[in-house]
This record gives sequence, C-alpha cells and structure tokens, in this order.
Amino acid sequence: MNRAAQGFLLFLVGGAVLRASLSQEYLRFVKPGLRPLLLAAAAVLMLTAAATIWPELRRHRDRAGAEPTDGDGHGHSHNKARVAWLLLLPLFALIALVPPPLGSYAADRTGTALQPPLAYANLPAKDPIQLTLLDYAGRAVYDHGRSLSGRRVEFSGFITFGSHGVPYLTRMILNCCAADAQPVKVALTGALPEQIRPDLWLDVVGRYDTRQSKDEVNGGPIPYLDVVSAHPVSPPADPYES
Amino acid sequence: MTATQTRGTSPPATRQEAAGRRGLGGVELFMLVLVVAVLARPWLAGLTGSARAQAWLTVFVAIVIQASPFVVLGSLLSAVIAVLVPASFFARALPRRPVLAVPVAGAAGVVLPGCECGSVPVAGALMARGVAPGAALAFLLASPAINPVVLVATSVAFPGRPGMVLARLAASLLAAVVMGWLWLRLGRAEWLRPRPRPELAGLSRWPALLAACRHDITQAGGFLVIGAAAAATLNVAMPPGWLHAVAAHPALSVLALAVLAVVLSICSEADAFVAASLTQFSLTARLAFLVVGPMVDAKLFTMQAGAFGRRFAVRFAPATFAVAVAVSIVVGWVAW
Repeated sequence: MNRAAQGFLLFLVGGAVLRASLSQEYLRFVKPGLRPLLLAAAAVLMLTAAATIWPELRRHRDRAGAEPTDGDGHGHSHNKARVAWLLLLPLFALIALVPPPLGSYAADRTGTALQPPLAYANLPAKDPIQLTLLDYAGRAVYDHGRSLSGRRVEFSGFITFGSHGVPYLTRMILNCCAADAQPVKVALTGALPEQIRPDLWLDVVGRYDTRQSKDEVNGGPIPYLDVVSAHPVSPPADPYES
Repeated sequence: MTATQTRGTSPPATRQEAAGRRGLGGVELFMLVLVVAVLARPWLAGLTGSARAQAWLTVFVAIVIQASPFVVLGSLLSAVIAVLVPASFFARALPRRPVLAVPVAGAAGVVLPGCECGSVPVAGALMARGVAPGAALAFLLASPAINPVVLVATSVAFPGRPGMVLARLAASLLAAVVMGWLWLRLGRAEWLRPRPRPELAGLSRWPALLAACRHDITQAGGFLVIGAAAAATLNVAMPPGWLHAVAAHPALSVLALAVLAVVLSICSEADAFVAASLTQFSLTARLAFLVVGPMVDAKLFTMQAGAFGRRFAVRFAPATFAVAVAVSIVVGWVAW
C-alpha cells in the first residue's frame, strides 16, 4: 500500500469513526464514555490523512518535483505494509453492513452476570417507578424486594427464552465494548402480549414477584417480575446498561 | 531488509518509474476494492444475516472501534519517541545494567494510561531507541495492567476488596519483570525482527513524525483487525456452559479463566468487571484472568507478531502465559 492509499485509508477510517460517534451508532459497540476518545482518535486520523494526501496532491500537480519528501511510498516491496489493507474489513462492516447491537443470540449463550449492588438508592415516589432492568434484578435478588414491595416498576429490555420456554426480559451489560457484554435476565410472568419472539423489545410495568430461578448456563439467580402491562417498543439508542 | 537499505541510495527517478510500471498497488487498487465491496454488498449482507454472523460482526467491529483511540494514542506516542525523544534520554533514564533496567522499565508502565493495544507500538519504539529488549518487553507487559486507569477500574469492580487491586498490581509487575529477565537470559536477538525505521531516514522533524505515525497506525491497525477477527470467532464459537463445568475444580478453574482471558481479548480497562461477574470462580482464578488478559490475548498476539515478528510471538506468548499463570497462583496463595 503506497502513501497516498494509506492516506485515503486513514481518512476513511477516521471519517467512519467520526460518523459513528456523532450519530448514536457507536453505542451499539462501545460505552457512551468512550465518545470523547473516539472523537479525538478520529481527529488525529483525519489530520494524519490530510497531512499525507495534501503533499501527494501537490506533487501530482507539478510532476517535476517528483522526489517524495518522506518514505514508505510507491509500491516498493514493503511486505508489512500490506496488512494495512485489512483495515478495509471493519470499515466496510461498519459502513455497509451496520451490525445490530448484541441480542438474544449472545444472551442465550452466556449466564446472567447479576452482581450484588453497591448500594440501593432511594426510589422516587412516582408510580410506576422507572428503573433499569439491572437495578430491578439487583433489588429483587439481593435486597429480597424490600424496596419494591407494593410498588409498580417499569423498565425495558428484549425477549429471550429459557430452556423450558420461560420468557425472560434481558439487557446486555457493557463495561467497555460489546466484547465484554454480559446479560442480566428477569423472568416474566403475568400479563404478557400474545405474540412475543426473541429480540422483541418490550416496555413492561409490573410488580415484584418472590419467585426466583437459576440460569441454565451458569446457575446464576434470575428474579421474577409479575407483569401488569407490557407493550413493544423500539430499541433505545443505547441498547446496553452498565 | 536489503531492499529498504538500498532504497536510500537508489536514484529517486528510477524508483518513481518502477512504481509507475507496477501500476496497481496504491490508490487505484484502493478504489477498485471499494467499488467491488459496494457492488458485493447485497450478497455480503445476505451472507451475514444469521444471528451468529451478526453477533460476530458486532463483536469484531466493537473490538476495533474500542481499540482505535488506544492504537492512535500509542502510535502517536511511539512516533514521538522515535522522532522527538533523543536516544540518550533513555540511556540516562534507565539503569545501565539490563538486570536493573528491567524492573525500572516495568514499573515505568504506570505512566501510560491506556490498554494493551497502545503499548505494543510504544514498546517497539523503545527498542528502536536502544532500550534493552528485556526492559522494553517488561514495559510492554506491565503497562496495560498497572496503570492508574486500570487499577481504579479494578477497585470499582471489586468493591470492598482492595486486596484484588494490590494482588493485580503485584502479580502483573512480577510477571512482567520475570519475563524481562527471562528474555535477558534466554532471548535471542534474531527472534526479534529488526525494526529499522527506513521511512524516517533523512527526514526533517515534522515529516518524520507524520510518516512514523501513519506507519504505526496502519501497521498496528492491520494486525489489530486480524486479532479482532480471531477474538470474535472464539467468542462466538465458544460452547456455552463450559466455564460453569470447570468452575468448581481448583486447578482447572485457574487454567480455564486464563484461557478465557486469551479468548475474549477484553480491553484491560474493562476486564475487571467481567472478572467480578465470574462469581462461581475462586479469587485466584479471577486474578489469573486479570493478569493474563493484558499480557497475552488473541489480538495482542497478532499485534506482537506484526510489531516484532512471528518468530518472536510464537515463543513469547506461550512463555508469558505460563509465567503469568504461575505468578497468579503464587500471589493468590499468598494473598488469600
């Protein structure tokens, strides 16, 4: 890969990172906190690209001064440089194929990653209480639903099914990027819509249910929610919790 | 390397002509690839329609995106070291005797607040600047595990267990120093691909910085892509439940989590959270996960092979794995 091509490649990679982090698309892959770093990386990539391409263009214009001002140029046998072509793969995947956020496939393969929460924040007096799926699961399992008794709660997630056909509402929990995503699952009982299928996003309102089951994959605890009402929603911009 | 050495002396005009005759290889080929990719899009989209293929793609792209700021940062730093920091600085900063330089360089890893993708180009630049390979390697292994960002993340992930942070710090530093000393004793210079920087020869400061930066980003980025593909494949192909099966066995569980660290290739800034969630495993097993991950994993292996050569990587990675597991067991035994 010669210098000009490297310049174009860096420009496209930088542009793709910039586009993904300006739109909400980057949230499918990494946590929101990485955004400033991604923007900075995109800026460096595009500046490097511009500084590379600009002298190339000028040299192209007046062919007389053909001496390159720096190396790595013009098709000499530099084996290692070929590996740079591989950067086209994630670029293409990101721009053209736009993979969806992790969903039921990944969730089914991994056990629930529910952890004892550090603390239980006071819940607002609203009805229903809006909280995250992770928050609900933590309170239900490790606080035995004490803060939830008699209250209605509301959260969203996507549908997965346990081995006995039990419907779960699931969220993937992400710490840095999708490679470390792990699911937290809540079993649903009560008033569910007729037709639910894996990966359908639901917003549910329900009450704490004392039952608990074990995840088939790792034996982790799965709390229950007694659903009062549920309706399909479109996936949120940030599909993960953390 | 002879080709690149003679390059400097050959008249520029001939090179230019040769490149012209060779035709494709640059921008034209680049455009061709893009056009083919765009035309093949519907077919590729159909091919990647299954849930498994989509999970693969998401993990693959996620690893590359997540690593990109660190690759860029590491390449910038490596370019600065290669161009702006004089070699004499490192000669003064590090003890002259390699045996002492190794622990000093390992402890110096504290200053690079990033994850493992960034430390590979930096270690390469250090070697090119005359730092003893053993010391540069200790820095390479220690820095992603013991920098403040990672240690803070570890303490957040293991609330009420400051022992985990200390154990991680101690075990990572110890394993890195042991590997540096091992390299001094057993390592051979010919395993390392010599890393002259022909692209920098005879350049003034800013063009050299630009060339070094561009070179490192495209190099490290390309090898990162291979590693991300391998990690995504392992991630998707791993049978569910195998971890659970070995969790109860004291020895197997340590090995299993060490292997998992290699397979998952998680950024060292996030691995503590995953370790914290593996509650059915012993603390020692989880320590092994935290020590091995930043030193040996699927994407690091390809990046090391790219930066230092394949002959280096096939020896260095397994040795590091063994040392990291052994040190984790010892530290875990002392700590708990």
